[in-house]
Amino acid sequence: MAVAAMEEEILSLRKRRQLYSLIGLLLVVAVMVSGYSKSNDMNSGGFLQGLSKFFDYPGEIVVEAWEAGPAFFGLIIQYLPAMLETLNIAAVATLLGAAMAVVLAMASTRNVDSWGPLIPVVRRMMDIMRAFPELIIALFLIFVLGSSPVPAMIAVAFHTAGALGKLFSEVNENIDRKPIEGLSACGANWLQRIRYAVMPQVAPNYLSYFLLRLEINVRASAILGFVGAGGIGQELRRTIGWGQGAGDETAAIFVLLFVTIMIIDQASSYLRGKLVGAGRAH
Amino acid sequence: MIQFQDVTKTFGSRTAVNKVSFNIDKPQMVGIIGRSGAGKSTLLRMINRLTPATSGQILFNDRDILSLKGGMMRRWQRDCAMVFQQFNLVPRLDEVTNVMLGRLNGHGTLKSLFNIFDQDDVKTALAALDRLGIAQEAPKRAEELSGGQQQRVAIARALMQDPHMILADEPIASLDPMNAKIVMDALREIHERDNKIVICNLHTLDTARTYCDRVIGMRDGFIVFDGAPAALPTDVAREINGADESFNEAATSTAIDAGKSGSQESAGVMTPAAAAG
Repeated sequence: MAVAAMEEEILSLRKRRQLYSLIGLLLVVAVMVSGYSKSNDMNSGGFLQGLSKFFDYPGEIVVEAWEAGPAFFGLIIQYLPAMLETLNIAAVATLLGAAMAVVLAMASTRNVDSWGPLIPVVRRMMDIMRAFPELIIALFLIFVLGSSPVPAMIAVAFHTAGALGKLFSEVNENIDRKPIEGLSACGANWLQRIRYAVMPQVAPNYLSYFLLRLEINVRASAILGFVGAGGIGQELRRTIGWGQGAGDETAAIFVLLFVTIMIIDQASSYLRGKLVGAGRAH
Repeated sequence: MIQFQDVTKTFGSRTAVNKVSFNIDKPQMVGIIGRSGAGKSTLLRMINRLTPATSGQILFNDRDILSLKGGMMRRWQRDCAMVFQQFNLVPRLDEVTNVMLGRLNGHGTLKSLFNIFDQDDVKTALAALDRLGIAQEAPKRAEELSGGQQQRVAIARALMQDPHMILADEPIASLDPMNAKIVMDALREIHERDNKIVICNLHTLDTARTYCDRVIGMRDGFIVFDGAPAALPTDVAREINGADESFNEAATSTAIDAGKSGSQESAGVMTPAAAAG
């Protein structure tokens, strides 16, 4: 009957799907095995032999830090200025990037009456700004401007402007247009409408994204030290490069970095929670 | 004062306002009635230049306001204040700032970007709020106010603009009857005391009869009636509403019998005799 035919059909369909899944699984396994053996051949050491030494280096660091005793805290204090330098790079870069992002966002959202022909141009500009990782821009700028925190700051700010601009523009898409219309009817010009009808609506969300970006940029700035941009990253690269003997210093830097990022993370999520909460209450 | 000559607005193939012509020669309170989609809102928005007209002229003191551009257009927008059905205030700003925003047009861009309003602005704004009986709420955010209070803030903002006329687009459509009365009383009072033109889009004939000196009925973009409210025949009223004989307007009317509700302190004393419909 019709039901029996249907059963037949469904069963064969299921069998076929199971076969496809099996083929897919075999393909994945094949790719992974071939990839592993290929890269293992290229390595100077073997992966399996290296695996047993995986914890040797962290162990060494911990042992050396332990042997340093109370002097370990002295090391943390010693690297504090470098950490502050990194924080400084991150903060300035985030502020500059966010200021640029506000301009870019206001110029690229139809919902806030941006000038039509400019919208696709600014959007592509932001795509390009986001497409380059901070590290690439920083390498290029350090080559041009020399090793200092300034290239790092510019690199992070550039990337931040693109990333935040996109997020800000998405916030703009969701605002209520009624206040804009109300102010248009009063004869307010575009900048005045942005200031009084758009900014009050988007400010809490902008601030929340800003804090999130600050967190990300602290990590990015630390990494940029590795390519010569100063700050804690540069110190870390030096101590790791020395290998044995500098384990206590490496550990001190790790602790400092970890604690700082944790504090910023906690503080910003607390602030963002308050902001979003305040937004929801009304 | 203001002349409409063949004002037309088309959206694609649909004509929302079709060759509308009429004059307002002296300060009047004009009610425009008609069902949703009759073209009332479009007509009002064309006066304020929120919606561009397709063709025709609107002359205010012999100046074609439909051809104004840029700064001149914004100056005109300040001169014809608009009150909206959904109030269109800035929710996160306080009441007094919302009212002061009515003056943005007079301020330089740079000055207004840094939120500089002088003492005179604050004084005028508070006076406008006081006139509408909500000055005590001045520090509250607009979003914390009730609908009726928000609409009164919107009217205070309109007053702050010191306009030649006030255009009210369904000002009471989202309000309960009591607040609707307060808002309509306020508009009537502005018309009577300041001698300003008030053009008001309304859903219900009752409200138009109670408050307006003149009623313009619209249907499908055309003007089908223009005259004193008392002169509006029942069959034309039904046509405007697109209703048949079984339609009883009193069932959905938001008007309150002026005799029963007691006297308000507002100067807007209307013609209660007409409210019986």
